[in-house]
Amino acid sequence: MTSNLLVYLIALPLFGSALLLLAGRKTDKWGHLLATALSAGAFGVGLYEFSQMLSRANDQRAVTQKLFSWISVGSFQVDAGLMLDQLSICFVLLITGVGTLIHIYSIAYMSHDRDRRRFFAYLNLFIAAMLLLVLGDSYLNLYVGWEGVGLASYLLIGFWNQKPTYATAAKKAFVANRVGDLGLSLAIMISFATLGTVSFAGVKAHAGQASTGALTAIGIMLLVAATGKSAQFPLQAWLGDAMAGPTPVSALIHAATMVTAGVYLIIRSNFIFDAAPTAQLLVAIIGAITLLFGAVIGMAKDDIKKALAASTMSQIGYMVLGAGLGPVGYAFAIMHLLTHGFFKAGMFLGAGSVMHGMDDEVNMRRYGGLRKYMPITFATFGLGYLAIIGVPPFAGFYSKDKIIEVAFNMGGIKGVTLGTAALLGAAITAFYMTRVVVMTFAGNKRWDEKAHPHESPALMWVPMVLLALGSVASGFLFTHGNSLVNWLAPVVAPNPAHRSEMLKPAVVSILALVVVLIGVGIAIMKYLRADVPVVAPEDVSIFTKIARRDLLQDDFNEAVFMRPGQKLTQALVLTDSAVIDGAVRGVARMTKGSGSVLRNTQTGFVRSYAMWILLGAIGLIAAIWVVTL
Amino acid sequence: MNSANYLYVAALLFTIGSIGVVVRRNAIVVFMCIELMLNAANLAFVTFARINGNLDGQVMAFFTMVVAACEVVVGLAIIVTIYRSRRSASVDDASLLKR
Repeated sequence: MTSNLLVYLIALPLFGSALLLLAGRKTDKWGHLLATALSAGAFGVGLYEFSQMLSRANDQRAVTQKLFSWISVGSFQVDAGLMLDQLSICFVLLITGVGTLIHIYSIAYMSHDRDRRRFFAYLNLFIAAMLLLVLGDSYLNLYVGWEGVGLASYLLIGFWNQKPTYATAAKKAFVANRVGDLGLSLAIMISFATLGTVSFAGVKAHAGQASTGALTAIGIMLLVAATGKSAQFPLQAWLGDAMAGPTPVSALIHAATMVTAGVYLIIRSNFIFDAAPTAQLLVAIIGAITLLFGAVIGMAKDDIKKALAASTMSQIGYMVLGAGLGPVGYAFAIMHLLTHGFFKAGMFLGAGSVMHGMDDEVNMRRYGGLRKYMPITFATFGLGYLAIIGVPPFAGFYSKDKIIEVAFNMGGIKGVTLGTAALLGAAITAFYMTRVVVMTFAGNKRWDEKAHPHESPALMWVPMVLLALGSVASGFLFTHGNSLVNWLAPVVAPNPAHRSEMLKPAVVSILALVVVLIGVGIAIMKYLRADVPVVAPEDVSIFTKIARRDLLQDDFNEAVFMRPGQKLTQALVLTDSAVIDGAVRGVARMTKGSGSVLRNTQTGFVRSYAMWILLGAIGLIAAIWVVTL
Repeated sequence: MNSANYLYVAALLFTIGSIGVVVRRNAIVVFMCIELMLNAANLAFVTFARINGNLDGQVMAFFTMVVAACEVVVGLAIIVTIYRSRRSASVDDASLLKR
């Protein structure tokens, strides 16, 4: 099936971005409205395509559109082609749907910013790039979108780049992403070298003929790419600093969509990972490490956005873990991705709403008791909270429990380890999210007299309410009649042969609920029963100190990569100036020196030349006389 | 008479010529000293021809005379021209290449 509409998904927001950037200040008055309308238009196209898909048989649903022949070199043919299948449409609807809501929210949130038009231009650019990422029909097309979202992320993190720390945060995100991008470009190169093609369909068809070693190499390189974009261990350090961007950006890019691109990449490449068990296991291990890593950081953060960012890292860890569990886990990883898109975007918007009412204060120790002043924000944030900690029947309960269950059912030591990690992560999630909610909305007031907390305007709370509805209902909708699993089946065929039940679903649910209750209980004991100090206490254990420093991720990067890198650069500069420039300058100096010495012999007097000739002749004769003697 | 005496005379003439080239400034005198050196060489050639009993040295002496004649023509022309333009026959004055 082909469809001529796919290109409009990308073209609409791309047009908006180009117009707002090129037309400049003339569009200040209506630029944000146009951008929102174009994003909504893309959502409309997505909905239309979705309805068309629903009307076709399950294996006939994918549609393609060839735009033009992009690269044609010998046997290397790449078309700029788009492909919309059951996996892509999930992302298209999430990106354009949540994206449009966040556009609407930003109209109010950014209303006092003199650069609002530029902000919307970047948001539209992001939507276009992200749609290209999920719609591309080859790794090379995906790569273009992949770099595009990286650029948009960089521009938006550094949106307020008049503050040097924000500009540095943007640079940090960009550099960390470059490391991941290197993995993706290597994966594309290996794929072309061994399989001779880079299109998804081609790689899928040829993957069976390639050696396991080559597939493992591609898989590991794809994993590197995913760790960069999705802020997974060991490239996770940029996400916390990325909160320097405006809050809608954190909600859209650094919670709901862009950071999940790594999960998309892994699941899109399921045919590679299924044939490379080592790489697949590595994916699961990275996911498990990151979900604990992020959760531990989340426990210690006082900045509401950084706590949510750590939570995002942790939740994406769940998705990557799910994606690393093989065919049985793919659909649940996507399910968690979608539900997370709702509740985390909603909570970020809630955090933005709180900041909006509290004069951009982000320290949760300066909040407290906001429930009375911001009832709608509290309600929507609360629903997102219930969803993320996995209370039934909210969305996170369905998606997260499924991942924990599948992890346990891997069997053997692998299953027990991964499952326990996921379960422990659930307990910590419950703890730090309760901490966030309690410190922000409950307890006594800890803010200054100057602050006048108030509810945000309707333009801001309507998107929050809609996202809250999503975080309530989406989990049930996705699991009802196994709808999402069946929907995704043609793309990521679940393999029932591996399905062994170590723990029954009910047992997992009860276990998860128990640990969640423990986590919530501890948080309530610690932050609701006792007073929260306004200044973070200093006499804390070494573990808390380490967690506050992001588990030393920056210190590690600085000690292991940055300092040696600096030393290496210094050494190279020194080598360049001393050895290479030194050699060149030395030749010049030698020529000049010998010239000035030899110039003294050129007196211009004929008689002195004659003298030299005579002396030379005498010397020659003397030499011959000595030799023949 | 011993042939070696001719060689002594030739060596003496050559030495006088070469010292003259090095120490004198007047171009005409330098030129004459060069002629003296050429003639010293000629004398040596002829003496060796006599000692060895063949004509090789004699032939070389004729060559030298031809070369010396050409040299005199060209050299004197140059000296006269320089003298006309500079009013000086000193070789040290003609040092434009240095400055």
